Amino acid sequence: MSMPAVELEAKTQRKQAKPIEGVKKVFMTGNESVAWAALAAGAEIMYGYPITPQNEIMHYWTRLAPRYGKQFLQTEDEISAGFTTCGGVLAGKRAFTATAGPGNILMQESMSMAEMLRLPTVVIVQQRGGPSTATVIYSQQETTLTCFGGNGEGLRIVYSSSSHQDLFDYTIKAFNTAWKYRFPTFVLGDGYQAKMRESLHIYDPAAKGIKMEKTVPFVGQEGMPGVDRAPAHLRNTFNTEEELLEVITGYVAEYQKIAPEIIEYEVIETADAEIVLVAHGIVARAAWAAVRALRNKGVRAGFFRPITLRPFPAEQLRKAARTAKKLLVAESAQGQLLKLVQEALYGETVPIATYLMPGQGITAEELSDYVMELRSNKTNREGGSR
Amino acid sequence: MTVVPNMPKAWRIETKPHKFCPGCGHGLVLKALGEAIDELGVQERVVFGCDIGCSLLSWDFFNADTVQTHHGRTTPVMTGIKRARPDRICIAYMGDGGGYAIGAQHLVNAATRNEKITVILANNCNYAMTGGQMAPTTLPEMKTETTPYGRDVEETGYPTQGPEMVAAITGETAYSARGTVANLRQLKNYLKKALQNQIEERGFSFVEALSACPTNWSTNAKDTWHFLEETMPKYFKIGEVKVPVKEAKESNTSQGNHTKQ
Repeated sequence: MSMPAVELEAKTQRKQAKPIEGVKKVFMTGNESVAWAALAAGAEIMYGYPITPQNEIMHYWTRLAPRYGKQFLQTEDEISAGFTTCGGVLAGKRAFTATAGPGNILMQESMSMAEMLRLPTVVIVQQRGGPSTATVIYSQQETTLTCFGGNGEGLRIVYSSSSHQDLFDYTIKAFNTAWKYRFPTFVLGDGYQAKMRESLHIYDPAAKGIKMEKTVPFVGQEGMPGVDRAPAHLRNTFNTEEELLEVITGYVAEYQKIAPEIIEYEVIETADAEIVLVAHGIVARAAWAAVRALRNKGVRAGFFRPITLRPFPAEQLRKAARTAKKLLVAESAQGQLLKLVQEALYGETVPIATYLMPGQGITAEELSDYVMELRSNKTNREGGSR
Repeated sequence: MTVVPNMPKAWRIETKPHKFCPGCGHGLVLKALGEAIDELGVQERVVFGCDIGCSLLSWDFFNADTVQTHHGRTTPVMTGIKRARPDRICIAYMGDGGGYAIGAQHLVNAATRNEKITVILANNCNYAMTGGQMAPTTLPEMKTETTPYGRDVEETGYPTQGPEMVAAITGETAYSARGTVANLRQLKNYLKKALQNQIEERGFSFVEALSACPTNWSTNAKDTWHFLEETMPKYFKIGEVKVPVKEAKESNTSQGNHTKQ
């Protein structure tokens, strides 16, 4: 409690110092860019547990955080990392954690509580291979888990990043979305993005006109509870079906209402497209490059990338699909994005071809070759699948 | 004229009578805790966390900010809050299943890290909310729904010794004790010392309270009291198992020994 004045001043200065002044061009790994983004966003505490390929988020955070008066706690497992993150948020702090694979599974319990208590938790997921331990390298197999994990309705917001710039931008945005709407928010990356280096711009959000949402403590506000104010009594358990139905119906209605404000997507050259490539995350980059290559060859290819997987840009995809002769869904999973696409397009008749590579990376060349193959094989009425 | 019973100031009168079964020990543990909070004058700073199981029924018990969490997860939630807001007095309240089984890793590691939180655990020898199954604290030969012929120690081991385990792994500045709802004055004293340890930012504090569950024990008042006072203490020694080094020197007690008061 009694801190010497000099030390206190130094601590205050650290807290006030801006991690990034203005805008800076850098060359770094995705994990490093997440740590910088969290710092720039004013995150105050990270709770974490080691798992590859997200470890360096913690490594950079533990090196950078003390310089800016921020905290870190290494927990005993991901169950604890998730629940301590809930605790940090309950205390009114921009708290976050990062995980992957089996760790993502363990975090679903705490994120289910975050959904029920409407806690603005932020989780960075760097996908690795699955199921089980699988690989430490890469996949897009945590799409369903991150969107719909937990014993509930998937009332959460999931941004799928496809570059280091995305990781930086959407980590900052995740804190704002979470605190504005109070749904647990995820940034879904992968091992390639985590471990590769590439160029990006890191910045102070203020330099880009981004205002950080205010944080408010759920517990521990000033005043005597029961005298000056009502005590916060937060529970996730209910006595009757009717009680629960009322709560969840309210949450769902609110989620649906705000979804149009949150939904983000990218769409390119779909108006005249004979085939629209649909992909998210890093595979979307391969799809984008394939579309460029195909256009150069005179093939009318288009591109659709959901940036938010939850809520999903269903209307926007339907619009793009209505003018297309065919869709090609490509992902490093056995149809997890495909399920979201099929649900969004229910009732539409456009054929859907697939390029599914669970746990393996996908290149632009593979995709453009596959599109050429599909075009030459006109008898394939199902649309073709791999 | 309505006579309002004498309740701790920290209690929330609007939610009384409480939701626990008749004869349950939780109300008594929470009474001792309420009085401890009153006497230390920290109500305004308390953040109370309760677990799953019967302990969750305390979610609106106090005039204090409260979070009801998941089974075994109250320790990390309170840890997370305390790390982010060290000026709060964070109390994690749970049962024996929450602390010694499903949340054992959290208790062990919070104790090892010497987290400046207070964990209070009610030990009633069974999983009560789910209908009376074997708990880590079920006594040898004791009948439960999952040990209908009695707990066989060859198959399922011996009752967990919580405060002793905590004392063995936690820091020198931690506090660990076992009280009982059969001796509320002593239990309140332990709870005060545990909270004091957090208030003075010394380290982890842990209090197990032997508690009664007549509903699942299927006992009348006399047998309930006998089980609580005579049978349970044969396996669970009442007393302080660890007192912070500074305090230990003052009172000249050695660590690791049960010191009755």
